[in-house]
Amino acid sequence: MSTKKLPPEFYKCLEELQAIDFAIVELQLYLDTHPNDHEAIQQFNELAKERKRLKKTIETMYGPLQQFGNSFSGYPWNWNDPPWPWQI
Amino acid sequence: MWFYEKKLQYPVKVSKCNPMLAKYLIEQYGGADGELAAALRYLNQRYTIPDKVKGLLTDIGTEEFAHLEMIATMVYKLTKDATPEQLKAAGLGEYYADHDKALFYVNAAGNPWTATYIQAKGDPIADLYEDIAAEEKARATYQWLIDMSDDPDINDALAFLREREVVHSQRFREAVEILKEEQGKKKFF
Repeated sequence: MSTKKLPPEFYKCLEELQAIDFAIVELQLYLDTHPNDHEAIQQFNELAKERKRLKKTIETMYGPLQQFGNSFSGYPWNWNDPPWPWQI
Repeated sequence: MWFYEKKLQYPVKVSKCNPMLAKYLIEQYGGADGELAAALRYLNQRYTIPDKVKGLLTDIGTEEFAHLEMIATMVYKLTKDATPEQLKAAGLGEYYADHDKALFYVNAAGNPWTATYIQAKGDPIADLYEDIAAEEKARATYQWLIDMSDDPDINDALAFLREREVVHSQRFREAVEILKEEQGKKKFF
């Protein structure tokens, strides 16, 4: 399988998603021990919305980011298309 | 149930082929205080830990798998262009004889990963104290690795991982306080 050529925006969007996800992971763990922090929950929900939007944008360039029905597939089945994360 | 996402938690770049650095880094892949041990330790302890901290163990355990993938990516990228001669010179001759360049769960000295690295005591305080210690040991290992590495790109990713250990340790300490508070409440029943 040949590696598809990814546009430069893909790499920009991927880094953006990694940055948003970093904040989400931080909030997730923080909220596990601070479940009553209303402001943090608001931030968490806003970022969750933002990541949903960005995930969609990335998938139009890269193909599915998640499996088992959390992403739609193109035709033909493009889950297995490289590059995989360790090949980027 | 778990879901995989086809991306790294944090970008991993490698300046140049460096099998000797890979040999050291594999400590965090299959070593006692490495990411595999961490993930398996927390995700296994969570079944019997009090409900108040089940979410935390699930989430940190899951994040550890993302860290495991980052370490795997570093080892893969540091060795993929190495010749057998270079691997031999880096002390990876024995490793190459058994695994070629495939990743395997061993520590820097070549010992395979073992479940004896981890514990599930059933006592929540004992388990969480082990988890705090594991995070502090992993943080120290990342520091020793940074001290030995002259690859600025690798050091950037290692510094990220080191900081994650600090955050995990902090959250586990808070979990201990939450359980102590719960225990205190029970005295009045």
